[in-house]
Amino acid sequence: MLRFINHTSSITNLQFPRHLLHTISSPPLPVSNYATSSSINLSNAFSRCFESVYGGRRLHTATSARNDVDQLSTETPLQQELDFPGGRVKFTAKPVFTSSSSEERTPCYRVLNDNGQPIVDGDSVKISKELAVKMYTNMVTLQVMDTIFYEAQRQGRISFYLTTIGEEAINIASAAALNDNDFVFPQYREPGVLLWRGFALQDFADQLFGNKNDNGKGRQMPIHYGSRKHNYVTVSSTVGTQIPQAVGAAYSLKMEKHDACTVTYFGDGGSSTGDFHAAMNFAAVMEVPVIFFCRNNGWAISTPINDQLRSDGIVVRGKAYGIPSIRVDGNDALAIYSAVHKARKMAIEEQTPVLIEALTYRAGHHSTSDDSTKYRPVDEIERWRGDQNPLNRFRKWIETKGWWSDEAESEHRSRIRKQLSQAIQAAERVEKPPISDIFSDVYDVPSKNLTEQETFLRRTIHKHAQDYPSNVPM
Amino acid sequence: MRKKMKRHTNPTRLLLLCHTKSTNENDGSWEGIQGVKMMQQGFISQHVAARALSALVSGNYVQQRLRPAIRPYSSATKEMTVRDALNSALDEEMAADPNVFIMGEEVGEYQGAYKISKGLLDKYGPERVVDTPITEAGFAGIGVGSAYHGLRPVIEFMTFNFSMQAIDHIINSAAKSNYMSAGQINVPIVFRGPNGPAAGVGAQHSQCYSAWYGSVPGLKVLVPYSSEDARGLLKAAIRDPDPVVFLENELLYGESFPISAEALDSNFCLPIGKAKIEREGKDVTITAFSKMVGYALKAAEILEKEEGINAEVINLRSIRPLDRETINASVRKTNRLVTVEEGFPQHGVGAEICASVVEDSFGYLDAGVERIAGADVPTPYAANLERWAFPQIEDIVRAAKRVCYRSLPMAVAVAATA
Repeated sequence: MLRFINHTSSITNLQFPRHLLHTISSPPLPVSNYATSSSINLSNAFSRCFESVYGGRRLHTATSARNDVDQLSTETPLQQELDFPGGRVKFTAKPVFTSSSSEERTPCYRVLNDNGQPIVDGDSVKISKELAVKMYTNMVTLQVMDTIFYEAQRQGRISFYLTTIGEEAINIASAAALNDNDFVFPQYREPGVLLWRGFALQDFADQLFGNKNDNGKGRQMPIHYGSRKHNYVTVSSTVGTQIPQAVGAAYSLKMEKHDACTVTYFGDGGSSTGDFHAAMNFAAVMEVPVIFFCRNNGWAISTPINDQLRSDGIVVRGKAYGIPSIRVDGNDALAIYSAVHKARKMAIEEQTPVLIEALTYRAGHHSTSDDSTKYRPVDEIERWRGDQNPLNRFRKWIETKGWWSDEAESEHRSRIRKQLSQAIQAAERVEKPPISDIFSDVYDVPSKNLTEQETFLRRTIHKHAQDYPSNVPM
Repeated sequence: MRKKMKRHTNPTRLLLLCHTKSTNENDGSWEGIQGVKMMQQGFISQHVAARALSALVSGNYVQQRLRPAIRPYSSATKEMTVRDALNSALDEEMAADPNVFIMGEEVGEYQGAYKISKGLLDKYGPERVVDTPITEAGFAGIGVGSAYHGLRPVIEFMTFNFSMQAIDHIINSAAKSNYMSAGQINVPIVFRGPNGPAAGVGAQHSQCYSAWYGSVPGLKVLVPYSSEDARGLLKAAIRDPDPVVFLENELLYGESFPISAEALDSNFCLPIGKAKIEREGKDVTITAFSKMVGYALKAAEILEKEEGINAEVINLRSIRPLDRETINASVRKTNRLVTVEEGFPQHGVGAEICASVVEDSFGYLDAGVERIAGADVPTPYAANLERWAFPQIEDIVRAAKRVCYRSLPMAVAVAATA
């Protein structure tokens, strides 16, 4: 069920809530914020173990079970409120602390079950055959692209690569639910968004090889794609800095009253940065149309989720800042599509930030500089690469609908593989960027010292040609 | 009306300010809020005596200090404080371009921590004058993001010491973006605020960041001195498509300078990267920026009067790009150089100027370059300690004398006392 948990509601006990919350009608009023806070203090004693995202290991927190005290006793009605700065607050005569974690975790929205069949009485946005097939083929392209480029790095043809294996649904389905003019601020594990918007395989290859056709003029490491044309801000990859930037850009959209929002992606690790908290707080205060999309894939390089945070994931942090939030199954393309579709509508119509936490698994290594078998069990990795793979579930669904087949699959995969190897070969052969690209774009107009340095460099290269590589164009 | 008086280390000036110049009511500066410490007076008097300055020099230097506070003649030229200059520049740029907006702590309802943005909230509304929560990293990042999408933010740091919380965004998100994105994302943002020491604000509020920001490619770093500098450079900074760090000075906010009709024009911009020769001379070049320009000018007067040394004073106006042509041309003319700054000496602005001159004009130097900088210590609070930690006019005078060989070079003097 598609239900955003917002500041005005309390946490439900149902695993899959049946009713749909249609509107969040107005920006948060202090009255309702504080008035419902007492309802969260539930009086049952409970144990605080809960499943971690990769299953198996149980997490025990240090706090012991609470006293069985019912502070909402009807004997002494506590109706008095006081008007503190920030709004009215009800009093209580019992010094009860809110628990460090709720007894039940925020439920996770999904549309398809593990076998790719729609859940009965589910609620989601209906998509057409064209859209579904386009989404699936893009997911396959992304998976094949990642595999082949990863291999290219292993062969020494490129210096570095970072895969999106396991998160293809997040990449493609979220991009599909956005408009092309929504401004995207990626972390680095979202090339699928750019792929969806029309960035060609050759363009990806050119950036990886840093050749003169690279949109980024060879300035950055591999996977730092960016394209103004596609409204995809160049990956800077400094963790979390894109989050407040997205809020600022959303402020610009708000001022200009555009029918667009900004979207920013980050991982569970990125949600620990100071930037995340400042940005969330600001976005709520400034009431800007931004979607915070957290890819909770369980790992920040070698740091597992329970070493990263002790809250109920990232979704509960939305409530702390007064932002409507939802948790979705990150391996369910349809769930992501529906959630982002609805979030976008909310963000723009109501001018509010929205937080989406997608639970998934980073099935690949962090990057080519990482070997994750060193810190996590191989069978866990295999499980998520296999059964829980987002492509499998979505494929089962579209095949049931009669929109896809094995032949279509193998034809598509071999075509993409061929295109990719051609793209790599072509990119390898293209010249490197010209020397002028060292000095341009530092400023809008190059400063005098840079012009002097360029002249000096050219002169030096001319004079000592034997010291410089011959394949660098002047 | 309760008069809030600025604290100054010079007691004589303090008294004069009380009597001849009333500060703005409730100007919100920290010295005003904390109140005046009259005990300083006793301290400083003793300290002056203990330092054994010659009576003549100290008398003269005190007199030099008195001059700006007394206006015995009426002048036809208009005068404007640096505060008003900045305020008018912001006002005009916001009126001219609806994309310009101000963001920072206390800029709106409080009218600006130092009243630089006074009246702007009423005029332009809360969407364009944005009061922020306390998170420099947050609002700097948000400002950069809005600049990515076409707005022209002016981000105020209450002091540049607090910019350290945001320095990742200033450098990695703003300065480097145009380059890293291969020209696809330019960042027309201005980061402004007071920089360097004020009076009695301690180590966490007194550092000078000109050298730190001046070393970063992709940034432009401006350091206005007078009201004309403030107006012209701030307007140029707001109109510039690149990120600009605009380092003001808290103690200069209240100082009045004559301002020409040309500078009052709403299209008045000063070129970025050009220094100004405040005082022409032929014997020694003194480079300075921000508040030290005033000190250098006064030192030049003393040198002229007492030593017959004709000093050329250069107001740098721009740390990055540094106007190496003007500095070198001046040194080629005078053959001697003294650099002045309030920041820490190692890797400071003076070090870069010295290197530039040695590289380009070595043959023209008749003496080693002298650098006058703040002491290599976190700024102490006690008034006497603070005074010793920063360059004073007599330090500049003595350095100029040393490079003119009117007194022994530092190394020899130190060896002699060992």
